[in-house]
Amino acid sequence: MKKAFAILLSNPLSVLGLVLIAFVVLSAVFADVITPFPSHRGAVVDFANFNQPPHWPNIFGTDLVGRDLFTRIIYAYRVSLLMGLFVLLIAPPVGTVIGLMAGYMGPKTGYALNRLTDVFLSVPPLVLAMAIMGVLKPTLTNGMLAITVMWWPWYARLVYNITRAERVEGYVLAAEVIGASKWHIMFREILPNCLPAVITKMTLDFGFVILMASSLSFLGLGVQPPTPDLGSMVAEGAKYLPDSWWLTVFPGLAILIAVFGFNLLGDALRDMLEAE
Amino acid sequence: MPPALRAVLGKLITTLIVLFGVSILIFCIARIIPGDPVRIALGPNASQDMVDALRAQMHLDAPLVTQYVYFLRDVLHGDFGMSLYSKRPVIADIAQFLPATLELMIVAGIIMVGVGLPMGILAARTRDRWPDHLVRVITLLGVSAPGFVWAVVLMLIFAYFVPIFPIAGRISNSFQIPQVTGFMLVDTLLAGNLAAFADAFRHIILPACALAVTGIGQSARLTRANMVETYRKPYAEMAQSYGFPAGRIARRYVFKPSLIPSLTVIGLDFASMLGGAFLVESVFAWPGLSRYGVNVILVKDLNGIVGTVLVIAATFLIMNIIVDLLVWWLNPRFRLGGRS
Repeated sequence: MKKAFAILLSNPLSVLGLVLIAFVVLSAVFADVITPFPSHRGAVVDFANFNQPPHWPNIFGTDLVGRDLFTRIIYAYRVSLLMGLFVLLIAPPVGTVIGLMAGYMGPKTGYALNRLTDVFLSVPPLVLAMAIMGVLKPTLTNGMLAITVMWWPWYARLVYNITRAERVEGYVLAAEVIGASKWHIMFREILPNCLPAVITKMTLDFGFVILMASSLSFLGLGVQPPTPDLGSMVAEGAKYLPDSWWLTVFPGLAILIAVFGFNLLGDALRDMLEAE
Repeated sequence: MPPALRAVLGKLITTLIVLFGVSILIFCIARIIPGDPVRIALGPNASQDMVDALRAQMHLDAPLVTQYVYFLRDVLHGDFGMSLYSKRPVIADIAQFLPATLELMIVAGIIMVGVGLPMGILAARTRDRWPDHLVRVITLLGVSAPGFVWAVVLMLIFAYFVPIFPIAGRISNSFQIPQVTGFMLVDTLLAGNLAAFADAFRHIILPACALAVTGIGQSARLTRANMVETYRKPYAEMAQSYGFPAGRIARRYVFKPSLIPSLTVIGLDFASMLGGAFLVESVFAWPGLSRYGVNVILVKDLNGIVGTVLVIAATFLIMNIIVDLLVWWLNPRFRLGGRS
């Protein structure tokens, strides 16, 4: 563990990733302190100041009703991170259990569970989440649920593949020979060997969940106003290109920074995993 | 029957089972809609008799399993019902809008392969030197923003600040092209109108590039990873120790065998552009299936949603089969009848 951390810190790209993630997380946590106009996260209007290009104190400019864009972007990070946390608290455990069962419980269970996974993987994730959001009310909770529903199959597939490889290893056979139960073998013997891959995927996915959430709200199917959200800010601003460029460029950049951070770290973790 | 072909046939059967599962999934999603779909369809002024009549006509008074059988029967006849949004049969809407999305995807796919693979080859050949690191950063950036951000960026740069490409649409209004295939690039050529072809081509470049960015990143990274592995194979090391030119080793000895494992994933990346198209089409006002899909979702047009999602899932699965066949055909070990 200590050694792994040392390797991470010796790679400038993963250090940059850690810095970006720290920046995003800390600014979201301390949004009340660091933003100049915390009240602008809500339905405030300041028409005297509307649609201003970047200037002091509105360093990213103001939106169409005069709210400070920098403030709204930092608060939007809260929504994005909450989304990522929720999805990654539920989807990986569900997918892992299904993957373990598909890989170890015998061919019939395996076939059925794999086809179930295929069903979810055969619709592009965004399209399925959109369809779910289309019939439900577009709220934060429903958005998180819709993304979770389409996210677990990736973990099921990943863990299934590892389980298939591990089940013929000596340590599994040894456990079988001494009469260990299926549950013991799945959760105490095989599961620990899946965890590094699962954790690496979770790091990468934190960024991708943020992408997915912003895509949904970009299409008008995510978090609703006045809650600040990066995707809907870009959608709103795109109508006023090129004159009011700051309305789209800064929220777009904010998505890029957050997701890039998680990708840099996840990429470094994956390299370490493959090097083993 | 060669074993590889049998594997492909087995996959075909699996695909049909999966498609059946998708239809159940979509049917369930369509039935959890809050509110009465008949009431939504007829509006608040319809009388109770009309509502009851339509409900009976749509079999909504039958048990769920019966409803599903009716639904499946209609779908198998190519009947997705009427769209509330366009007041036309959903299947006619899909037939009109799908070609535009497919055309966009195909051009984006060509860009993805044409840019992604050379970048991956470059990175693998210069492993752990600066071009490799540069490619790594560029590809990671590419996958770190959604398609709509790249669409806006490309639009700002190449349509507003340096206006060399048009902002929106498939073709300028001044051209009247008879619709034959629905693929604008093909139809303009069929009409023998080269000026229109050039115009359509200029329209498709920016949205196709925006759609391709994510795929470029993924295909470049994958190509690099597989080539780096192949470079370690004994025959590649032998070719190096014989002193063959580095370019020839890369192309002939390393790239070709590395392509086959990459191809399956690249095919998946290509198929997943069906999702990405939703984001790009809305920025460039591209009149494709995705824009239609967003519109039917926003107005809660149930038949439209079900039809669009089913067609997208079917297209996705068909593309996967084509990729499998392509991989099978490209791999000499399979093609020449040996065992994998």
